[in-house]
Amino acid sequence: MDARTRMVARAAREITPGMVVNLGIGLPTKVVDFLPEDMPVCLHTENGMTGIGPTLPDEEADRNLIDAGGAYVSPIPGSAYFDSTVSFALVRSGRLDLTLLGAFEVAENGDLANWKIPGKFSPGAGGAIELAQKARRVAVMTTHTDRKGNPKLLSRCTLPLTARGRVARIFTDLAVVDVTLEGFVLRELADGVSVKEVSEATGAKLILPDTDIPRF
Amino acid sequence: MKLPDKSLSLDAAVARIPDGATVLVGGFGVPGTPFTLLRELMRQGQKDLTLVKNDANEAGMGIDHLLANGQVKKLITTHLGLNANAIAMMNDGRLEVEFCAQGILAERIRAGGAGLSAILTDIGLETELAEGKQIVEMDGKRLLVEPALRADVALIHADRADPFGNLAYAATARNFNPAMAMAADLVIAETERLAPLGGLSPEEVETPGAFVDQVVRLSEISEEYGVVRR
Repeated sequence: MDARTRMVARAAREITPGMVVNLGIGLPTKVVDFLPEDMPVCLHTENGMTGIGPTLPDEEADRNLIDAGGAYVSPIPGSAYFDSTVSFALVRSGRLDLTLLGAFEVAENGDLANWKIPGKFSPGAGGAIELAQKARRVAVMTTHTDRKGNPKLLSRCTLPLTARGRVARIFTDLAVVDVTLEGFVLRELADGVSVKEVSEATGAKLILPDTDIPRF
Repeated sequence: MKLPDKSLSLDAAVARIPDGATVLVGGFGVPGTPFTLLRELMRQGQKDLTLVKNDANEAGMGIDHLLANGQVKKLITTHLGLNANAIAMMNDGRLEVEFCAQGILAERIRAGGAGLSAILTDIGLETELAEGKQIVEMDGKRLLVEPALRADVALIHADRADPFGNLAYAATARNFNPAMAMAADLVIAETERLAPLGGLSPEEVETPGAFVDQVVRLSEISEEYGVVRR
C-alpha cells in the first residue's frame, strides 16, 4: 500500500456504525472503497442522495446518478433521492455525524481553507462551507505538504477561509493530527515516517503526546 | 374541465427569452442540465445574460457554450472547478462571478419561488462570502441576510412531464430543478418523455404544472446527456 492509500484506509476507520457521513470531493470519496460491505452507515452526497452504493464503471453507469464529485454511483436498498434544498436542510440542521473534506490549508485553531487561491485557482466552495460549519465532526484529508513541499498544516491560514475553528482531526500521508485547544497534537504516524519528518513538514508547533504513537 | 396545453416547439419557447435576462439553469454536473434548451439559446444568441447555475458544467458542455459565445455577463454559482475555461474567463475579468454557498443558493432560489424576500443564516459568517452583506441580530445571534433569488427565466430538465407542465425528475437529476422551476416569471421545462394529460399520476408529480409556462418535448437525447467518459 502506498502512503496515499494508507491515508484513505486510515480515514475510513473514522467512520463508525450508524453514522450519517458526507465524503467531500477528491480524496475523501475514495474512502468508500475501504468501508466493510456489511457496515451499517448512511453516506450522503450534497447533489441529492442518501445511501450511496458502490461506484460503477462507465459501461454500467446510470447517466442520471452521480455523486457531488461526478463519479457514477449506484443505489443500495433504502437509498433516497431528493433535491438540493432538502439535501442542505439535512446538512444545516445537524443530521451529519461526520464530514471528511479536502484542504488547501488547515490551521492549528481548526480553521479550514479549501475554496480559493486568489488569482490562481478559485473553484468556489460548492457545499463545503455548510458541511464544514454544520457537520457534528469535521475531519480533513490532505497530503501533509503541497506539490512544492510547502506545509499545508499551518499556525494560521493565509487563504480565504471556508470555516473557522471547525476541523477536529487531519489525516495526511504522514500522520493523524488532532486539533486541540493547545494546537496540533500528533496522534498516529504512517509506517516508516519519523516524528522529526512530520514536525519538519508541519508549519506550526506539533505537540507530542506522552503515550506511544501508534502506526497506521 | 381540462387543463391547458403549454407544450411548444424548442425554438418558439427559447425565443421568449430576451437579451439581458437573468436565467436560472437546472443541473448539477450533467444530470438535470437542460442541454437542449441551452444549445438553442446559443443558436439564437441572446446577449448580456446573467446565469444562475450550481456549476459551470465542463469545458465544451452546457453553459460553457454560452460562456465561450460571449452571451454571459455574470454567473452566480457555487463551483467552477471542472471548467478551466470558466476559471480562465473569471481570472481575466471577462466574466463576473458571484460565488454562493451551495445550500444557500438553493435556499435563496426556494425563497424566491415561495414569495419570500430573504432568508437569515449563519452560513458564511466570518468568511469572504459575508463581505458587503447585511447582518441582523436575532435571538442573540448575528445572522446574514441572504436575499431571495427570483429570475426572469428558468430552464429546467425533467424526466417526465405532461402538457400542463406537471414535472417529475430522475435520480440525482433533481438537484436545483424543483426549486428553480418555482422561481422565475418564465419557466421553460424540457422533458425526456411527454405523457398525455393524466399520464402522470398526481402522486408522482414533483413540480405542479401551475408553476410552469412552457413544456418542450425532447426529440432526441443527445450525447451531452450521456455518461461522461473521463
